[in-house]
Amino acid sequence: MPTVRIPTSLRKLTQGREEVTAAGATVRDLLTDLEKQHPGLRTRICDDAGALRRFVNVFVRDEDVRFLQNLDTPVKEGDEVSIVPAIAGGR
Amino acid sequence: MIRSRVRALVVGAGGLGSPAARALARAGVGTIAVADDDVVDLSNLHRQVLHRAADAGRAKVDSAIEALRRIAPTVEAVAIRERLCADNALRLVRGVDVVLDGSDNFATKFLVNDACVLAGVPFVHAGAVRWGGQLLAVAPGAPCYRCLFEELPPPAAGVSCREAGIVGPVVGVVGALQAEAALALLDGTASGTASGNDALSTLLIYDGLSGSFRRVRFARNPGCRVCGDARITALDASNYRESAC
Repeated sequence: MPTVRIPTSLRKLTQGREEVTAAGATVRDLLTDLEKQHPGLRTRICDDAGALRRFVNVFVRDEDVRFLQNLDTPVKEGDEVSIVPAIAGGR
Repeated sequence: MIRSRVRALVVGAGGLGSPAARALARAGVGTIAVADDDVVDLSNLHRQVLHRAADAGRAKVDSAIEALRRIAPTVEAVAIRERLCADNALRLVRGVDVVLDGSDNFATKFLVNDACVLAGVPFVHAGAVRWGGQLLAVAPGAPCYRCLFEELPPPAAGVSCREAGIVGPVVGVVGALQAEAALALLDGTASGTASGNDALSTLLIYDGLSGSFRRVRFARNPGCRVCGDARITALDASNYRESAC
């Protein structure tokens, strides 16, 4: 199964795990499976219409899915998928 | 560029701005302007390394420029006791050679990006929450922060640093890297950083828990509202409304 890297800001939803695995043939499938395993995660990444939120990006093999096939970007065994949200702190 | 002639603007004299400004001063940067409208609180001291306990209650910019002068007596340290906003951003970024964003909120981070892109000023974005940090250096003409993150999160969606907490050493690492990236931008030797001629920019992601770094590269977004095909030509305050951490 592909590996999904979870940003530090969302690890409360993955019991602190930096990497999780998820099943599916596309990014959309992975997000659906992630939601089953870690309820609440998908809504942090996608809006009510199911589209990627505009302050979160997903990279497959370090490629930005917005410039691939977005949520329909295919994933395969061994792929690394990264969820990268904007973060704001620093003061 | 000769370091003693460099003019840098550091936005925020906090967890990121403190180590970043300190590193610039030690590197011989000639002029360092620091913009902040806050005062020092004792709870800041674990991460805001320019300030001391005796500075509690003072304006952060006053404390910061005194610290910078102690570090580098020849530096021209300039206090700007203002919060960056749509009305003053272009005025503050124009005329400097590089901007370092050490702010704590999405509105200011997007504003720094937009103002610097509009003004054609190189800048280094940084952010840190809990154990994680991000860094992005943007030269004029390169894909910008808004190419990657198109809109501010709504207040309910973001995690504020007050809620999440900030680990002092994490902002120390990211702030130091921010200064390094700024110097590399000025020297034109940035590694893995987009120059105006590059098609890709690189977001550096730091994970303090594992001590690891990752990089993700991204292209210009033709739909980017700041550097895309239908770009803005001025800053509208209504686009930068968010409560601070």
